[in-house]
Amino acid sequence: MAIDVNGKTVDLDEEGYLTDLKDWNEDVAKVLASQDEIELTESHWEVVKFLRDYYDEYQIAPAVRVLTKAIGKKLGKDKGNSKYLYELFPYGPAKQACRFAGLPKPTGCI
Amino acid sequence: MEDEVIKKFLYVNRKAPYGTIYALESLEVVLIGAAFDQDVSLAFIDDGVYQLKKDQKTSVDSGIGMKDFSKTYLALGDYDVNKIYVDKASLDERGLTADDLMELVYEDEDDDYKEKSSISIVNQDELALLMEQQDVVLSF
Repeated sequence: MAIDVNGKTVDLDEEGYLTDLKDWNEDVAKVLASQDEIELTESHWEVVKFLRDYYDEYQIAPAVRVLTKAIGKKLGKDKGNSKYLYELFPYGPAKQACRFAGLPKPTGCI
Repeated sequence: MEDEVIKKFLYVNRKAPYGTIYALESLEVVLIGAAFDQDVSLAFIDDGVYQLKKDQKTSVDSGIGMKDFSKTYLALGDYDVNKIYVDKASLDERGLTADDLMELVYEDEDDDYKEKSSISIVNQDELALLMEQQDVVLSF
């Protein structure tokens, strides 16, 4: 599977995640989101960027429970709950947001 | 859930971090298992103590060209895995001390979220006792 971003071909695995994490940029994220018919708002970017920072620091994508707790701490209690995150990422905050963020599927995510 | 059963799980890590897949597999099982709210402890023995060594260099330029998954141990506190036991004799045999290990910490919810160390350096009697107290011991 592959997508076209500004004339450049970007390879995806069979579940739609980037095969090479270095291919990521904001335009790639927008194209990946458009596949799920989502337009990325400031609230989406906040979570996507949080995930990228977390991955950079710990080399994993966090589990949903860990993500909600950490988001609450960093971005405010009103955002640190699964309702808020599921509204932004209806297919699952970890699974879908990680895909837009160009990260591998979270460990233990089925 | 009143009938929820919480068992004591101990993951024993005895192998060097790279060269075999055991260390990474163990870490992944621990992270996945953390979702089940069990009572989890980790023990690092023999070459396993190298898994917690700080400043690992594994990039293509400086080392073996693998992902430095040692950073992931630093996330264990977020996953409520905060009982990490390191065998003192194994450290001694390898010329290592507690200062050579990464600073693994967690926030204690019962103590105003104070940051505390997850690591305990233990002797072999303490390790033996720890193993005896477990319901499940998984060895990697």
